[in-house]
Amino acid sequence: MGAAAAAAAAPPPSSSSWSVWESLVRSVSNFRLKTKQQELLLRVSALVLIYILAFATRLFSVLRYESVIHEFDPYFNYRTTLYLTQKGFYEFWNWFDYETWYPLGRIIGGTLYPGLMVTAAFMYWTLRFFTFAVHIKDVCVLTAPFFASNTAIVAYFFGKELRDRGTGLVAAIFMAICPGYISRSVAGSYDNEGVAIFALVLTFYLFVKAVNTGSLAWSVASAFAYFYMVSAWGGYIFIINLIPIYVIVLLVTGRYSMRLYIAYNTLYILGMLLAMQIRFVGFQHVQSGEHMAALGVFFLMQVFYFIDWVRHQLADPKLFQAFLKTTVIAAVGVGGLALVVGMATGYISPWTGRFYSLLDPTYAKDHIPIIASVSEHQPTSWSSFMFDFHILLILFPAGLYFCFKKLNDATIFIIIYGMTSLYFAGVMVRLILVATPAVCLISAVAVSATLKNLSVLYREKAPAVTSAKTSASQKASAKSGIDQKLPFQQEGSLLLVLGSLYLLVNFVFHCTWVTSEAYSSPSIVLAARQSNGDRVIFDDFREAYFWLRHNTPPDAKVMSWWDYGYQITAMANRTVIVDNNTWNNTHIATVGRAMSSYEDEAYEIMKELDVDYVLVVFGGVTGYSSDDINKFLWMVRIGGGVFPIIKEQDYLNNGEYRVDSQAAPKMLQCLMYKLCYYRFGEINTEYGRPTGWDRARGIEIGNKDVELEYLEEAFTTSNWIVRIYKVKPSANRR
Amino acid sequence: MNENTKFQLAFLLFLAASSYLISPAAANLVLNRVDRRVDLTSQIVRIASSLKVENAGTDDVSEILFSLSTEHAEKVAFLQAVLVEGKSKSKSKSTAVILTVTPGSSDGRVMLFSVALPKPLKGGDSLSLETYVVLTHVLKPFPEEIGQSDAQLVLFHESAYFLSPYPVKVQSTTFKLPSSRVESYSKVGVTKLVDSEVRYGPYENVEALATAPITLHFENNQPFAVVEELVREIEISHWGNIYVTENYKLSHGGARHKGSFSRFDYQSRPAQSGAASFRHLLARLPPHAHSVYYRDEIGNISTSHLRSDFKKTELELEPRYPLFGGWKVTFTLGYSVPLEDFMFKSSDGRRFLNITFGSSFGHVVVDNLIVKVVLPEGSTQPTISVPFAVEQDKEIKHTYLDTVGRPVVVLTKKNAVPEHHNIFFQVYYRFNSIAMLAEPLLLVTGFFAFFVLCIAYVHFDFPISKSSASFQAQVQREELVDLVQRLQKVMGIQGEAADRLEASLRDVARSGDTAPCKVARKTADATWKETSKDLKALSESFHLSARSSFVLPKVEVLLQKEKEMVEKLQQKQVATVEAYERKLSSKDIDARIAPLQSKYSTLKQEVRDLIYALDD
Repeated sequence: MGAAAAAAAAPPPSSSSWSVWESLVRSVSNFRLKTKQQELLLRVSALVLIYILAFATRLFSVLRYESVIHEFDPYFNYRTTLYLTQKGFYEFWNWFDYETWYPLGRIIGGTLYPGLMVTAAFMYWTLRFFTFAVHIKDVCVLTAPFFASNTAIVAYFFGKELRDRGTGLVAAIFMAICPGYISRSVAGSYDNEGVAIFALVLTFYLFVKAVNTGSLAWSVASAFAYFYMVSAWGGYIFIINLIPIYVIVLLVTGRYSMRLYIAYNTLYILGMLLAMQIRFVGFQHVQSGEHMAALGVFFLMQVFYFIDWVRHQLADPKLFQAFLKTTVIAAVGVGGLALVVGMATGYISPWTGRFYSLLDPTYAKDHIPIIASVSEHQPTSWSSFMFDFHILLILFPAGLYFCFKKLNDATIFIIIYGMTSLYFAGVMVRLILVATPAVCLISAVAVSATLKNLSVLYREKAPAVTSAKTSASQKASAKSGIDQKLPFQQEGSLLLVLGSLYLLVNFVFHCTWVTSEAYSSPSIVLAARQSNGDRVIFDDFREAYFWLRHNTPPDAKVMSWWDYGYQITAMANRTVIVDNNTWNNTHIATVGRAMSSYEDEAYEIMKELDVDYVLVVFGGVTGYSSDDINKFLWMVRIGGGVFPIIKEQDYLNNGEYRVDSQAAPKMLQCLMYKLCYYRFGEINTEYGRPTGWDRARGIEIGNKDVELEYLEEAFTTSNWIVRIYKVKPSANRR
Repeated sequence: MNENTKFQLAFLLFLAASSYLISPAAANLVLNRVDRRVDLTSQIVRIASSLKVENAGTDDVSEILFSLSTEHAEKVAFLQAVLVEGKSKSKSKSTAVILTVTPGSSDGRVMLFSVALPKPLKGGDSLSLETYVVLTHVLKPFPEEIGQSDAQLVLFHESAYFLSPYPVKVQSTTFKLPSSRVESYSKVGVTKLVDSEVRYGPYENVEALATAPITLHFENNQPFAVVEELVREIEISHWGNIYVTENYKLSHGGARHKGSFSRFDYQSRPAQSGAASFRHLLARLPPHAHSVYYRDEIGNISTSHLRSDFKKTELELEPRYPLFGGWKVTFTLGYSVPLEDFMFKSSDGRRFLNITFGSSFGHVVVDNLIVKVVLPEGSTQPTISVPFAVEQDKEIKHTYLDTVGRPVVVLTKKNAVPEHHNIFFQVYYRFNSIAMLAEPLLLVTGFFAFFVLCIAYVHFDFPISKSSASFQAQVQREELVDLVQRLQKVMGIQGEAADRLEASLRDVARSGDTAPCKVARKTADATWKETSKDLKALSESFHLSARSSFVLPKVEVLLQKEKEMVEKLQQKQVATVEAYERKLSSKDIDARIAPLQSKYSTLKQEVRDLIYALDD
């Protein structure tokens, strides 16, 4: 029909060209695809578009700023990747880094998850092999978006496994643009999470597939995905606890099957053996309290299998009951005894503080200030849930409803995953990331099911509409012919479809807006708008780091608060005392103590630590609020936690933290205060304000003539954000 | 070149016969008048001397010797002698070539350079010669370390007398200083300080190789920008672009910074603070330069301004931080220029690149300048033509999509100054334009291979065991899917026939002419007859198929409904045609047809639903 219409529309200029045209049209119409093929084509092109979209939407920061590594931790990852590509894998694996944690050093190979670095290096080597002369930095910058695209594809398969292809497609698009995931995977955010979320979703998908099919191949694949996850991120703990919970739930609900037995045992044994190859993880699978649940469930599975076998063998149900009782009691007893003995002898380590703080949100605040001091470890507020999930938050319960309605092994898994991860997301802001795949998948179930139901409702009457051209009486008779239709069914369903489309479109706009506004600033380069609308760039961090790199002795030691450790080692290439790998609390507390002491006391500490330069971050001139003065109370707390000589009360005035003339005397004289405000009292930062007006805190500082005796100003960046001081040699060596 | 080995060889020669080398030449020549102007206004010292040479002997002299203290000779960036002919000032640059480098007097204090004359100077004749010497790194800061608020003072050691292997009759020297602030200057005979100039002489009848050491100590706050190493990479792409990348290691070569650096002083009192420091550099790029970037190891540097017009492109760069004495910084400056501006074809069919050699910056000294010209892959026989002595080397570079690598010509020049080394040089090579297609073809081949692999994968049969249950199940499933598709196709054909018949019925209702409707009925009947055979075969195969149990009832219902639908349609057609032939009123016709029509619509709807359901 279409072909005929097209032919009719074309003017026939001459008979010969007419016949040519006709044959052409015919040959084109012969190419018309079958429905299946059309569907395949649509699906594949949708997936390809999702793949591109997931990558492209994460490139805001590259376009707006430049191809640069963001934040703090990514700089360590970048530095290690650089080392890996330059020196090879064995050097990397055996790397003892003496440039951090001076004078202790750090065994890099044994204290990191190498998955990310090896992945990036592998991509780099592959590209190099195909003669693409890319720089490793650009590979690192684009690793996270690339893996985000891959995650979207895995989400498609996962969704397909959960329900159908439609769900898969919706899950893929949600996964591609959900801000909760974008926040950790924009270009330049070269962090473990970037590849870990991919590994996490892949492991779960393959495990669900293995449970659904009972195939050994899928189980082995999921074990390897688990290994990849272990190599990439400490969050693998979540997998190794979630899957046992899932197994127990299946056992309790009477869904134990041979498929489950195969899937779990393969994953556990193979995954555990593989995970032990990661030096940072080592024997934790059998020795640490956090992994005991998986071990316990493994034994439980064997008991279940054994009981099952015995039931087959024993015909007598009474005998079997007796046997069951003794076996269960014996198994529980032996297991409990083993656990107690293990704990008592110290073979099994107790749970770590981080794990406790996950289960009990108030734990970190009381016991581990260093965890509580990190902003991303704070409990999540409702606004950030809304910000990161938007309509998914509303769709999530609806999705749960659809999952419960069509309960099977796969949907049980996603329900458990969704519920637990949502709890953890509530405990810590950064764990929103872990919850995101579950929320996306469950919401995809809701969207897909709703749209499908609505379209069925709409389509039920569709033929009547096409034949409605004839006459009113026919229409009336047709209506009476089919009786169970709802009033305004077609219009209503159309309206609902349009409504949900509106919601989805809004979600897309929200995601794009959030990505461009909130999650695409590298934080190493700051941008602000001037009053006339021009964009000003504060590149002070790199200015300072580059100055350190070229104008200090190569073996100089730099003391700063631990936040900047990774950046200093990576960009300034200088030795630091502490860095973001907060493995030694005492060392950090020493730095905190130095920062909060009087200058002469601090000088002694710095001499002991062999410090040459001190670096502080100061936002008083620009109004940059996450500077060291605002972090200072944490330094005091962490320092005071180890050295009781530092008391938080000394820095507060009637319990209030302030830096103006009302501030506590010790505050006004401590090293951090002096270094930040040295000669600040002389400058005019804002028109109509007195000199020494701190724009970050909006007050006039209390101590305007800061004198330094043991240190001298070595460098201050153009906007005063970073200030570097040189520790003078001892008086008798001057 | 092997200047070093020459030097060593010459040194050995000097040990054997030093006195012999100097004496015969010095014997005959006399310098009647020497005027020397020494420009000390920047970090580069430029000495221009005009000499009047007279051959006092009788023998012809074919070369003139001219000397520098060894201390200065090591720092020579550029040296040139110009013969001035006749009284007129029209200079013809006859010779400016330094033929040999010969160490001078026995204590190694003096180094001689000889200038070959185009025609020998006969006895008694005289000529005018101008020599021009450019020295770098000879201004020594004193004090060596200064604080932020201090001005930079430098020392310059020279001789008040023109150092020459020949006796000089009359001579004078002028030192031009950057400012009138002079700390001290040695006094030798007639010496005076006028404004920012120190004048020595005139002196008369000075012996050969006589010296009168003097020291000038004065303020020089000019930027002592020293590029310790500059690697310029010029990459030619015959697709229309030349990529220039310049890697700088820049340092401040003046007095070292001492004590603290106060940003407050630097910002609030720019006049007194950091007078000797600098924060801007001006690069002159070729016209049409585009895609300019400025970055370093840790990323982009956002402080630069680009101005361009049709004559030139100017780039004002600001390093990440101001440079004080002894501070260093590295950065990379890159840009692209259109190929046609710099690429030409020589008469013998070779191509040649004609581009500047040195740094884009004015007023910098480049200690070690390495120029790498990356020729396109497949070019051969590269030869270079540089107007001064350079070391030459070859490399291979591998970059995007390269197979054998690109030939690279590496040129190294030590101690380069902008005005004499930032001049054009040429690289000649042979290149076949066909080679340009190598890389696109490589890509095409790669993608083609990929698609072929995909096609092969789809068409190959990979299962290991053909008897396994899962394989069987898959085969059966595929068969079933195929059957369903065929069924749907047949249904589609039947449906179309029905639609056409229905359309003709509507035409009847409009026109009342029943003839075309009868024809339509005939064709539709024919189609149904044809397809019913197919349907029968299909339904049989559905029965045979092993895994069809769950679709079979659906298919059966579908077939039955379809049959009913066709029957109803036929009845309707018969009724309609009859009614019209009998010329019944339209109301009657409607009444007759309506029940049939409603039944037909219901059936049609059901059939459609069933076909749709089969997809799942």
